Amino acid sequence: MELIVSGVKKNYDGALTVTQLLAVEKVATPEYVTVSINEELVDQAAFETHLLADGDQVEFLYFMGGGRG
Amino acid sequence: MSFTDEQLERYSRNIILKEVGGKGQKKLLNGRVLIIGAGGLGAPAAMYLAAAGVGHLGLADADRVDLSNLQRQIIHTTSDVGLPKVESARLTIKALNPDVTVQTLEGLVTAENVSSLIKDYDFIIDGTDNFPAKFLINDACVIEGKPFSHAGIIRFQGQLITYIPHQGPCYRCLFPAPPPPDAVPTCRQAGVIGAMAGVIGSLQAMEAVKYLCGIGKPLTGSLLTYDALSMEFRKIKVTKRATCPVCGDNPTIVQPIDYEAPSCDLKP
Ligand SMILES: [Zn+2]
Repeated sequence: MELIVSGVKKNYDGALTVTQLLAVEKVATPEYVTVSINEELVDQAAFETHLLADGDQVEFLYFMGGGRG
Repeated sequence: MSFTDEQLERYSRNIILKEVGGKGQKKLLNGRVLIIGAGGLGAPAAMYLAAAGVGHLGLADADRVDLSNLQRQIIHTTSDVGLPKVESARLTIKALNPDVTVQTLEGLVTAENVSSLIKDYDFIIDGTDNFPAKFLINDACVIEGKPFSHAGIIRFQGQLITYIPHQGPCYRCLFPAPPPPDAVPTCRQAGVIGAMAGVIGSLQAMEAVKYLCGIGKPLTGSLLTYDALSMEFRKIKVTKRATCPVCGDNPTIVQPIDYEAPSCDLKP
């Protein structure tokens, strides 16, 4: 299966859920990452069941808290 | 309102731009921008807005200038250490451009004061460093119908997005709730390069200038991310969440909320 993850085309073996992709991509603190698939934000509750499809465009959005201090 | 000779000279590089002109400069001089957090992001944002002739700037910050701030908070200088940040910032702005009126709040922005604070401004810049403040500003701006620029920086990375009422997603669409205290590192814990604050804070100032002049397209519906090490800017398209608790179809947040301050911020 081919996915475009953070703008980069990549191949993966077999079917993957969002949770599995987060693990394969070694995303730090996956419980606090927002995921968008084909420009739609996915509910956190659906990460474990949402199966990615060939050609999906996946983006990870991270909390960034700095600025003032 | 007509320009003085001094103003024509001071703002000549703005006025010569066909997108700005005298009309845009008047909009800037009549413009009101509130900068919450007079630190890494707020410093360059406030200085560029003051220099551009944004006539009314509000500054809110509870802290005093610390020596460790000067690595990135270029609105403060060594002799300002110990002064309230809003006072130090006000002095820099006044020296830079006496046309600018500065209003200051030396204190925390809270659920109680945020709505009355933002009410008088055309555009708000979130230059805060913690999630409770970022969610508070988002919610208040959505509820009061105020446009604002959200931004965050850490290490060699930064990101920002603009919210315009009824256009595109809000910060809470992207992140439905703040992370628990200490779950995600802050600049204080992880470090940041000063120029990162300069890059992202300047982009926030640019969004405010565009909004006030009514030119270009605001950074709505996309999160702009910047990675300094790879020198990559990316625009990630994001859409409004129908289930967003503040701007969604059935909002459950109808007034600003004070989240507990992160515990790491309580330590000196
Ligand atoms: Zn929203």
